[in-house]
Amino acid sequence: MVTTANNIIFELKQVNFFYGSTQALTDISMDFEKNRVTALIGPSGCGKSTLLRLLNRMNDLIDGTRVEGEILFEGRNIYNADNDPVEIRRRIGMVFQKPNPFPKSIFNNITYGPRLTGTRNRADLELLVEQSLKQAVLWDEVKDILNKSAMTLSGGQQQRLCIARALAMKPDVLLMDEPTSALDPISTAKIEDLIEELKKNYTIIIVTHNMQQAARVSEMTGFFYLGRLIEYALTTDIFTNPQVKQTEDYITGRFG
Amino acid sequence: MAATRQRKEQAIQMLFFLFAAFSIVLLALILIFLFREGLPIFKTVTPIDFIFGKFWYPTYEPPEYGIWPLIVGSLVVTFIASAIAVPLGVLSAVYISEIAPASIKEILKSVIELIAGIPSVVLGFFGMVILAPWMQETFDLPTGLNIMNASLVLALMAVPTISSISEDALYAVPNEFKEASYALGATKYETIVKVIIPAALSGISTAVILGMARAIGETMVVLMVAGGAAAIPESLFDSVRPMPASIAAEMGEAPFRSGHYHALFATGIVLFFLTLAFNLLADYISNRFKEVGSATL
Ligand SMILES: Nc1ncnc2c1ncn2[C@@H]1O[C@H](COP(=O)(O)OP(=O)(O)OP(=O)(O)O)[C@@H](O)[C@H]1O
Ligand SMILES: [Mg+2]
Repeated sequence: MVTTANNIIFELKQVNFFYGSTQALTDISMDFEKNRVTALIGPSGCGKSTLLRLLNRMNDLIDGTRVEGEILFEGRNIYNADNDPVEIRRRIGMVFQKPNPFPKSIFNNITYGPRLTGTRNRADLELLVEQSLKQAVLWDEVKDILNKSAMTLSGGQQQRLCIARALAMKPDVLLMDEPTSALDPISTAKIEDLIEELKKNYTIIIVTHNMQQAARVSEMTGFFYLGRLIEYALTTDIFTNPQVKQTEDYITGRFG
Repeated sequence: MAATRQRKEQAIQMLFFLFAAFSIVLLALILIFLFREGLPIFKTVTPIDFIFGKFWYPTYEPPEYGIWPLIVGSLVVTFIASAIAVPLGVLSAVYISEIAPASIKEILKSVIELIAGIPSVVLGFFGMVILAPWMQETFDLPTGLNIMNASLVLALMAVPTISSISEDALYAVPNEFKEASYALGATKYETIVKVIIPAALSGISTAVILGMARAIGETMVVLMVAGGAAAIPESLFDSVRPMPASIAAEMGEAPFRSGHYHALFATGIVLFFLTLAFNLLADYISNRFKEVGSATL
């Protein structure tokens, strides 16, 4: 894989991460390319979520955590003291494993982020809500109930709402932590289509336990095991011709 | 096998039912007693005259049984106490649950528990001996035992109630909501104001109303520091005689089953309905917010 430097949006250099005294990530060096879908796979507890949350400094919210190494976003180390995590999170959106809409109306869920950054004009907000919901393929289902509580939606609808909410911030990157693990096959298919659509304009990094999903949606795949990056390559190569035995065992389900 | 298990279940169910029934019957008996002793006063005065009558002269000849000054006294001290205690209690709960570092959190929580544990007579004493002389001197008043004094002491009593129940409500807000907010680039302050407090609002409202109910029913403090004047107050530094103070002070000297005696019980009935209204309101508010699917206690 040959890449030019300006294609790389995230660059990790020898990253170690600790929860208190337990090390969750060891010596991770990897690049993420712009406008691509990168999948992170690996057994439970191997540190995928931890890595994802490092990229938008969500781990800062947990007491006693520590980062070593460099994480460059567009060439700047996001862990430099002069980088505001709030600013970073506005540019790097996140979708969580469990749908987590606010107990507010659908409309207010979407406009929560934009309002924080100063969008107040009603017409602008309405336009943004429509755009984001259309992008997340939810508009047709909710356009008549925008003032109803988001808690009344189904799980799959809630997850698409959370995606729409992240998109309303117009981020550069979308981090998705097992976005379909709580969803039925139909909702899952919708979200996969959505990822396909979104990658034209966004960089997407997705954690998944579903091998088919990783194979379907991503161009690059990284396999993690016990806090280490074992293999990182083109998805087609990982799934047809893995170089490391552990990777092969994992994707063929012979792990253990 | 199944039959004995079922019988055991039934026996346990019965036992719990008996305990529950016992306390309900006991409460019902108290209520019946309250009404039996209070209602006869309405042979002498109409309920309207009783509640809205401006003069409370139960020992004059002929006596006047108007408890409006007492009701006003109760409401005034309760609302001023709430105006002080609600912001203090809610903000301290927010500070303790969301902002304070662990060490300060522990200290603050113990301080609030300590205040909650102070017997009301001690608080009343504090109001009498420290607050009253200070007020009298500073504001050049005829007496330091007045609305302001009672409200301050009642506020001090209500703060722990409001703070600890609000705190529970704030803790019950799922972490997912906070993470969602931070992930959208909200600051801590924005997250508290726009996500955490709204999600805990039902519990916080319950806390506020229970704190107010606590203040309106409190007897010892108002008996000691409200001053005891059964007149409609004109300023915040006037003395008042809230209902519980009136009942406590006069019951001992009211002849058994006299008009005065029945009037005091009837005052108890009014107080009972006021407190009941507060509790129903608390219930209603917490249910109303719950239906929206937000986090509640
Ligand atoms: N808040 C935390 N405090 C302490 N240790 C944690 C915390 N979160 C995760 N860990 C530990 O870090 C390691 C990596 O966890 P992480 O959540 O990143 O795994 P994961 O790969 O996302 O797993 P899964 O597939 O089950 O979601 C685990 O051993 C976990 O126990
Ligand atoms: Mg995870």
